[in-house]
Amino acid sequence: MTVSGGEVVLFWVLAPLMVLAALGLLFARKAVHAAICVVFVMISLAILYIAQEAAFLGVVQIVVYTGAVMMLFLFVLMLVGVDASDSLVETIRGQRFIGILLGLGLGSVLVGVIAQATFPPSVGLTAANAETNPVALARILFADYVFALEVVGILLVTAAIAALVLTHRRRLVPRVGQRQVSDAKVAALAEGGLLTPLPAPGVYAQNNAMDTPALDPQGRPIEHSVSRILRIRGQERSADRILAAERDVLVEHEPELTGRRFPELAAGTDEDEER
Amino acid sequence: MELTNYLILAAILFAIGATTVLLRRNAIIVFMGIELMLNATNLTFVTFSRMHGDLHGQVIAFFVMVVAAAEVVVGLAIIVAIFRTRRSASVDDVNLLKN
Repeated sequence: MTVSGGEVVLFWVLAPLMVLAALGLLFARKAVHAAICVVFVMISLAILYIAQEAAFLGVVQIVVYTGAVMMLFLFVLMLVGVDASDSLVETIRGQRFIGILLGLGLGSVLVGVIAQATFPPSVGLTAANAETNPVALARILFADYVFALEVVGILLVTAAIAALVLTHRRRLVPRVGQRQVSDAKVAALAEGGLLTPLPAPGVYAQNNAMDTPALDPQGRPIEHSVSRILRIRGQERSADRILAAERDVLVEHEPELTGRRFPELAAGTDEDEER
Repeated sequence: MELTNYLILAAILFAIGATTVLLRRNAIIVFMGIELMLNATNLTFVTFSRMHGDLHGQVIAFFVMVVAAAEVVVGLAIIVAIFRTRRSASVDDVNLLKN
Protein backbone atom coordinates (compact mmCIF):
# COMPACT_ATOMS: atom_id res chain seq x y z
CA MET A 1 0.00 0.00 0.00
CA THR A 2 1.33 3.45 -0.85
CA VAL A 3 0.29 6.70 0.71
CA SER A 4 -0.83 9.21 -1.89
CA GLY A 5 0.94 12.56 -2.28
CA GLY A 6 -2.22 14.46 -1.35
CA GLU A 7 -2.45 12.64 1.93
CA VAL A 8 1.19 13.44 2.73
CA VAL A 9 0.51 17.15 2.15
CA LEU A 10 -2.69 16.96 4.20
CA PHE A 11 -0.85 15.31 7.06
CA TRP A 12 2.01 17.81 7.12
CA VAL A 13 -0.40 20.73 6.97
CA LEU A 14 -2.72 19.41 9.67
CA ALA A 15 -0.29 17.75 12.08
CA PRO A 16 1.68 20.89 13.13
CA LEU A 17 -1.57 22.85 13.45
CA MET A 18 -3.06 20.10 15.61
CA VAL A 19 -0.02 20.06 17.88
CA LEU A 20 -0.21 23.85 18.15
CA ALA A 21 -3.91 23.70 19.03
CA ALA A 22 -3.23 20.98 21.60
CA LEU A 23 -0.55 23.21 23.13
CA GLY A 24 -3.20 25.93 23.15
CA LEU A 25 -5.28 23.68 25.41
CA LEU A 26 -2.27 23.38 27.68
CA PHE A 27 -1.40 27.06 27.85
CA ALA A 28 -4.63 29.02 27.20
CA ARG A 29 -5.54 31.13 30.19
CA LYS A 30 -9.26 31.16 29.47
CA ALA A 31 -11.28 27.96 29.39
CA VAL A 32 -13.24 29.03 26.30
CA HIS A 33 -10.05 29.46 24.26
CA ALA A 34 -8.95 25.99 25.36
CA ALA A 35 -12.31 24.59 24.26
CA ILE A 36 -11.98 26.20 20.82
CA CYS A 37 -8.48 24.72 20.49
CA VAL A 38 -9.83 21.26 21.31
CA VAL A 39 -12.62 21.70 18.75
CA PHE A 40 -9.96 22.45 16.12
CA VAL A 41 -7.99 19.33 17.08
CA MET A 42 -11.12 17.19 16.85
CA ILE A 43 -12.19 18.48 13.45
CA SER A 44 -8.65 17.93 12.14
CA LEU A 45 -8.76 14.40 13.54
CA ALA A 46 -12.00 13.79 11.65
CA ILE A 47 -10.29 14.91 8.43
CA LEU A 48 -7.38 12.57 9.15
CA TYR A 49 -9.80 9.67 9.77
CA ILE A 50 -11.46 10.27 6.43
CA ALA A 51 -8.03 10.43 4.79
CA GLN A 52 -7.20 7.13 6.50
CA GLU A 53 -10.11 5.27 4.85
CA ALA A 54 -12.28 5.49 7.98
CA ALA A 55 -15.09 7.61 6.55
CA PHE A 56 -17.67 6.45 9.08
CA LEU A 57 -15.48 7.26 12.05
CA GLY A 58 -14.66 10.65 10.54
CA VAL A 59 -18.34 11.56 10.37
CA VAL A 60 -19.01 10.14 13.85
CA GLN A 61 -16.05 12.13 15.15
CA ILE A 62 -17.58 15.37 13.90
CA VAL A 63 -21.11 14.54 15.04
CA VAL A 64 -20.27 13.09 18.44
CA TYR A 65 -17.15 14.97 19.46
CA THR A 66 -17.35 18.43 17.98
CA GLY A 67 -21.12 18.41 17.73
CA ALA A 68 -22.14 16.95 21.07
CA VAL A 69 -19.25 16.60 23.48
CA MET A 70 -17.56 19.94 22.87
CA MET A 71 -20.88 21.79 22.79
CA LEU A 72 -21.65 20.17 26.15
CA PHE A 73 -18.30 21.45 27.39
CA LEU A 74 -19.16 24.95 26.19
CA PHE A 75 -22.58 24.77 27.85
CA VAL A 76 -21.01 23.82 31.16
CA LEU A 77 -18.45 26.59 30.71
CA MET A 78 -21.29 29.07 30.32
CA LEU A 79 -23.00 27.58 33.38
CA VAL A 80 -19.87 27.69 35.53
CA GLY A 81 -18.87 31.14 34.31
CA VAL A 82 -16.85 32.06 31.25
CA ASP A 83 -14.39 34.09 33.26
CA ALA A 84 -13.49 31.16 35.50
CA SER A 85 -9.75 31.05 34.91
CA ASP A 86 -7.07 29.03 36.63
CA SER A 87 -5.49 30.07 39.86
CA LEU A 88 -1.75 30.35 39.47
CA VAL A 89 -0.99 29.36 43.07
CA GLU A 90 0.78 26.05 43.31
CA THR A 91 -0.78 23.99 46.08
CA ILE A 92 1.75 21.20 45.64
CA ARG A 93 5.28 22.58 45.57
CA GLY A 94 7.07 21.97 42.27
CA GLN A 95 3.94 20.52 40.67
CA ARG A 96 4.42 22.48 37.45
CA PHE A 97 8.03 21.35 37.07
CA ILE A 98 7.21 17.71 37.81
CA GLY A 99 4.19 17.82 35.48
CA ILE A 100 6.16 19.23 32.56
CA LEU A 101 8.93 16.69 33.21
CA LEU A 102 6.46 13.79 33.29
CA GLY A 103 4.71 15.04 30.13
CA LEU A 104 7.98 15.37 28.22
CA GLY A 105 9.09 11.97 29.52
CA LEU A 106 5.84 10.29 28.48
CA GLY A 107 5.99 11.92 25.04
CA SER A 108 9.60 10.91 24.43
CA VAL A 109 8.98 7.36 25.63
CA LEU A 110 5.95 6.93 23.35
CA VAL A 111 7.66 8.51 20.34
CA GLY A 112 10.81 6.50 21.04
CA VAL A 113 8.91 3.22 21.21
CA ILE A 114 7.08 3.97 17.95
CA ALA A 115 10.31 5.00 16.25
CA GLN A 116 12.10 1.86 17.45
CA ALA A 117 9.40 -0.67 16.68
CA THR A 118 9.29 -2.40 13.32
CA PHE A 119 5.81 -2.56 11.87
CA PRO A 120 4.60 -5.04 9.28
CA PRO A 121 4.20 -3.65 5.75
CA SER A 122 0.99 -1.65 5.58
CA VAL A 123 -1.92 -3.52 4.04
CA GLY A 124 -4.43 -0.74 3.56
CA LEU A 125 -8.18 -1.03 3.80
CA THR A 126 -9.09 -1.26 0.11
CA ALA A 127 -9.99 -4.94 0.44
CA ALA A 128 -11.75 -4.59 3.79
CA ASN A 129 -13.69 -1.54 2.59
CA ALA A 130 -14.77 -3.26 -0.63
CA GLU A 131 -18.49 -2.81 0.11
CA THR A 132 -18.01 0.73 1.54
CA ASN A 133 -16.64 1.47 4.99
CA PRO A 134 -19.93 1.79 6.95
CA VAL A 135 -21.31 -1.50 5.58
CA ALA A 136 -18.10 -3.35 6.39
CA LEU A 137 -18.06 -1.82 9.88
CA ALA A 138 -21.70 -2.76 10.44
CA ARG A 139 -20.99 -6.38 9.46
CA ILE A 140 -18.34 -6.59 12.19
CA LEU A 141 -20.23 -4.50 14.75
CA PHE A 142 -23.47 -6.46 14.51
CA ALA A 143 -21.79 -9.86 14.23
CA ASP A 144 -18.76 -10.05 16.50
CA TYR A 145 -19.64 -7.20 18.84
CA VAL A 146 -23.41 -7.50 19.32
CA PHE A 147 -23.14 -8.13 23.04
CA ALA A 148 -20.68 -5.24 23.51
CA LEU A 149 -23.04 -3.00 21.57
CA GLU A 150 -25.93 -3.89 23.88
CA VAL A 151 -23.81 -3.26 26.96
CA VAL A 152 -22.72 0.10 25.57
CA GLY A 153 -26.38 0.96 24.98
CA ILE A 154 -27.15 0.21 28.64
CA LEU A 155 -24.11 2.29 29.62
CA LEU A 156 -25.41 5.28 27.66
CA VAL A 157 -28.87 5.09 29.22
CA THR A 158 -27.33 4.75 32.68
CA ALA A 159 -25.08 7.74 32.04
CA ALA A 160 -28.02 9.87 30.91
CA ILE A 161 -30.03 8.96 34.04
CA ALA A 162 -26.95 9.54 36.20
CA ALA A 163 -26.53 13.02 34.78
CA LEU A 164 -30.21 13.74 35.48
CA VAL A 165 -29.90 12.53 39.08
CA LEU A 166 -26.60 14.34 39.70
CA THR A 167 -27.81 17.71 38.48
CA HIS A 168 -31.29 17.38 39.98
CA ARG A 169 -31.97 20.03 42.59
CA ARG A 170 -34.52 19.35 45.29
CA ARG A 171 -36.87 22.27 45.99
CA LEU A 172 -36.37 23.40 49.58
CA VAL A 173 -38.95 26.20 49.73
CA PRO A 174 -42.45 26.10 48.22
CA ARG A 175 -42.82 27.55 44.76
CA VAL A 176 -43.88 31.21 44.69
CA GLY A 177 -46.39 31.66 41.89
CA GLN A 178 -48.41 34.61 40.61
CA ARG A 179 -51.25 33.77 43.00
CA GLN A 180 -48.96 33.77 46.08
CA VAL A 181 -47.34 37.05 45.05
CA SER A 182 -50.69 38.78 44.70
CA ASP A 183 -51.93 37.37 48.03
CA ALA A 184 -48.80 38.62 49.75
CA LYS A 185 -49.25 42.09 48.24
CA VAL A 186 -52.84 42.32 49.41
CA ALA A 187 -51.81 41.13 52.88
CA ALA A 188 -49.09 43.78 53.00
CA LEU A 189 -51.58 46.60 52.23
CA ALA A 190 -52.28 47.04 55.96
CA GLU A 191 -48.58 47.81 56.63
CA GLY A 192 -48.45 50.41 53.89
CA GLY A 193 -47.69 48.06 51.00
CA LEU A 194 -48.51 48.91 47.41
CA LEU A 195 -50.64 46.98 44.95
CA THR A 196 -49.41 48.91 41.95
CA PRO A 197 -45.88 49.25 40.64
CA LEU A 198 -43.81 52.06 42.16
CA PRO A 199 -44.29 55.50 40.55
CA ALA A 200 -41.78 56.64 37.94
CA PRO A 201 -39.26 59.39 38.73
CA GLY A 202 -40.24 62.97 37.99
CA VAL A 203 -40.00 64.81 34.66
CA TYR A 204 -39.31 68.56 34.82
CA ALA A 205 -38.59 71.21 32.25
CA GLN A 206 -34.86 70.98 32.92
CA ASN A 207 -34.56 67.58 34.59
CA ASN A 208 -35.53 64.11 33.50
CA ALA A 209 -33.41 61.71 35.51
CA MET A 210 -33.62 58.75 37.89
CA ASP A 211 -32.66 60.85 40.90
CA THR A 212 -35.46 63.42 40.73
CA PRO A 213 -38.64 62.59 42.65
CA ALA A 214 -42.03 62.91 41.00
CA LEU A 215 -44.67 65.28 42.47
CA ASP A 216 -48.02 64.09 43.74
CA PRO A 217 -51.28 65.98 42.94
CA GLN A 218 -50.67 68.29 45.89
CA GLY A 219 -47.21 69.17 44.55
CA ARG A 220 -45.29 67.30 47.25
CA PRO A 221 -42.37 65.10 46.19
CA ILE A 222 -43.13 61.34 46.25
CA GLU A 223 -40.23 59.72 48.05
CA HIS A 224 -40.46 56.20 46.66
CA SER A 225 -40.50 57.38 43.04
CA VAL A 226 -36.70 57.50 43.32
CA SER A 227 -34.77 54.24 43.34
CA ARG A 228 -34.22 52.89 46.86
CA ILE A 229 -30.47 52.49 46.20
CA LEU A 230 -30.10 56.19 45.32
CA ARG A 231 -32.03 57.17 48.45
CA ILE A 232 -29.81 55.03 50.68
CA ARG A 233 -26.69 56.50 49.10
CA GLY A 234 -28.08 60.01 49.56
CA GLN A 235 -27.86 60.78 45.85
CA GLU A 236 -31.47 61.85 45.55
CA ARG A 237 -32.05 65.40 44.29
CA SER A 238 -34.55 67.58 46.09
CA ALA A 239 -37.64 68.57 44.12
CA ASP A 240 -37.71 71.99 45.78
CA ARG A 241 -34.29 72.92 44.48
CA ILE A 242 -35.14 71.87 40.93
CA LEU A 243 -38.35 73.89 41.02
CA ALA A 244 -36.51 76.88 42.47
CA ALA A 245 -33.89 76.71 39.73
CA GLU A 246 -36.55 76.49 37.05
CA ARG A 247 -38.38 79.42 38.52
CA ASP A 248 -35.18 81.49 38.57
CA VAL A 249 -34.68 80.80 34.86
CA LEU A 250 -38.27 81.76 34.18
CA VAL A 251 -38.00 84.96 36.13
CA GLU A 252 -34.85 85.88 34.26
CA HIS A 253 -36.05 85.14 30.73
CA GLU A 254 -39.83 85.59 30.75
CA PRO A 255 -40.61 88.20 33.39
CA GLU A 256 -44.12 88.83 32.07
CA LEU A 257 -45.05 85.16 32.46
CA THR A 258 -44.01 84.90 36.10
CA GLY A 259 -47.11 86.64 37.31
CA ARG A 260 -49.35 84.02 35.78
CA ARG A 261 -47.29 80.91 36.56
CA PHE A 262 -46.05 81.89 40.02
CA PRO A 263 -48.65 84.12 41.66
CA GLU A 264 -46.76 84.24 44.97
CA LEU A 265 -43.76 85.71 43.14
CA ALA A 266 -45.82 88.46 41.61
CA ALA A 267 -47.15 89.29 45.07
CA GLY A 268 -43.57 89.67 46.24
CA THR A 269 -43.65 86.87 48.81
CA ASP A 270 -41.23 84.01 48.81
CA GLU A 271 -43.03 80.93 50.08
CA ASP A 272 -41.13 78.09 48.54
CA GLU A 273 -41.96 75.77 51.39
CA GLU A 274 -45.65 75.91 50.53
CA ARG A 275 -45.14 74.23 47.16
CA MET B 1 5.36 8.73 4.10
CA GLU B 2 5.11 5.91 6.59
CA LEU B 3 1.93 5.38 8.58
CA THR B 4 4.08 5.66 11.72
CA ASN B 5 3.89 9.44 11.33
CA TYR B 6 0.24 9.19 12.39
CA LEU B 7 1.29 7.15 15.41
CA ILE B 8 3.89 9.73 16.38
CA LEU B 9 1.31 12.51 16.04
CA ALA B 10 -1.05 10.50 18.26
CA ALA B 11 1.73 9.99 20.82
CA ILE B 12 2.46 13.73 20.91
CA LEU B 13 -1.23 14.57 21.32
CA PHE B 14 -1.52 11.96 24.09
CA ALA B 15 1.46 13.40 25.94
CA ILE B 16 0.05 16.94 25.66
CA GLY B 17 -3.30 15.70 26.98
CA ALA B 18 -1.61 13.97 29.91
CA THR B 19 0.41 17.10 30.70
CA THR B 20 -2.81 19.13 30.65
CA VAL B 21 -4.34 16.78 33.20
CA LEU B 22 -1.27 17.13 35.40
CA LEU B 23 -0.83 20.89 35.15
CA ARG B 24 -4.20 22.61 34.84
CA ARG B 25 -6.45 23.23 37.82
CA ASN B 26 -9.72 24.11 36.13
CA ALA B 27 -11.70 20.87 36.26
CA ILE B 28 -13.21 21.50 32.82
CA ILE B 29 -9.82 21.97 31.17
CA VAL B 30 -8.53 18.84 32.91
CA PHE B 31 -11.49 17.05 31.44
CA MET B 32 -10.69 18.34 27.96
CA GLY B 33 -7.18 16.95 28.44
CA ILE B 34 -8.72 13.52 29.04
CA GLU B 35 -10.77 13.92 25.88
CA LEU B 36 -7.61 14.77 23.95
CA MET B 37 -5.96 11.59 25.24
CA LEU B 38 -8.96 9.49 24.19
CA ASN B 39 -8.86 11.07 20.73
CA ALA B 40 -5.16 10.33 20.41
CA THR B 41 -5.76 6.65 21.18
CA ASN B 42 -8.54 6.65 18.59
CA LEU B 43 -6.10 7.95 15.98
CA THR B 44 -3.76 5.11 16.94
CA PHE B 45 -6.56 2.56 16.56
CA VAL B 46 -7.53 3.90 13.15
CA THR B 47 -3.92 3.93 11.97
CA PHE B 48 -3.26 0.38 13.13
CA SER B 49 -6.51 -0.72 11.56
CA ARG B 50 -5.28 0.63 8.24
CA MET B 51 -1.81 -0.82 8.75
CA HIS B 52 -3.17 -4.32 9.30
CA GLY B 53 -6.02 -4.08 6.83
CA ASP B 54 -8.45 -5.08 9.58
CA LEU B 55 -11.56 -3.11 10.46
CA HIS B 56 -11.73 -4.33 14.06
CA GLY B 57 -9.54 -1.42 15.08
CA GLN B 58 -12.13 1.03 13.79
CA VAL B 59 -14.89 -0.80 15.69
CA ILE B 60 -12.88 -0.47 18.90
CA ALA B 61 -12.34 3.24 18.17
CA PHE B 62 -16.11 3.53 17.76
CA PHE B 63 -16.64 1.96 21.19
CA VAL B 64 -14.06 4.31 22.68
CA MET B 65 -16.07 7.23 21.31
CA VAL B 66 -19.33 5.93 22.82
CA VAL B 67 -17.76 5.34 26.22
CA ALA B 68 -16.10 8.77 26.07
CA ALA B 69 -19.48 10.37 25.40
CA ALA B 70 -21.00 8.63 28.44
CA GLU B 71 -17.99 9.63 30.51
CA VAL B 72 -18.32 13.27 29.47
CA VAL B 73 -21.98 13.36 30.46
CA VAL B 74 -21.35 11.99 33.94
CA GLY B 75 -18.14 13.95 34.46
CA LEU B 76 -19.66 17.27 33.52
CA ALA B 77 -22.68 16.54 35.73
CA ILE B 78 -20.27 15.97 38.63
CA ILE B 79 -18.47 19.24 37.85
CA VAL B 80 -21.77 21.12 37.77
CA ALA B 81 -22.86 19.52 41.07
CA ILE B 82 -19.55 20.47 42.71
CA PHE B 83 -19.78 23.98 41.30
CA ARG B 84 -23.24 24.39 42.80
CA THR B 85 -22.16 23.50 46.30
CA ARG B 86 -18.67 25.03 46.34
CA ARG B 87 -18.96 27.89 43.80
CA SER B 88 -15.70 26.83 42.16
CA ALA B 89 -14.54 24.64 39.27
CA SER B 90 -10.99 24.36 40.53
CA VAL B 91 -9.76 20.89 41.42
CA ASP B 92 -7.79 22.41 44.31
CA ASP B 93 -10.94 23.44 46.14
CA VAL B 94 -12.31 19.93 46.36
CA ASN B 95 -10.34 18.99 49.47
CA LEU B 96 -13.15 18.57 51.96
CA LEU B 97 -11.90 15.16 53.12
CA LYS B 98 -8.40 16.47 53.76
CA ASN B 99 -8.92 18.18 57.09
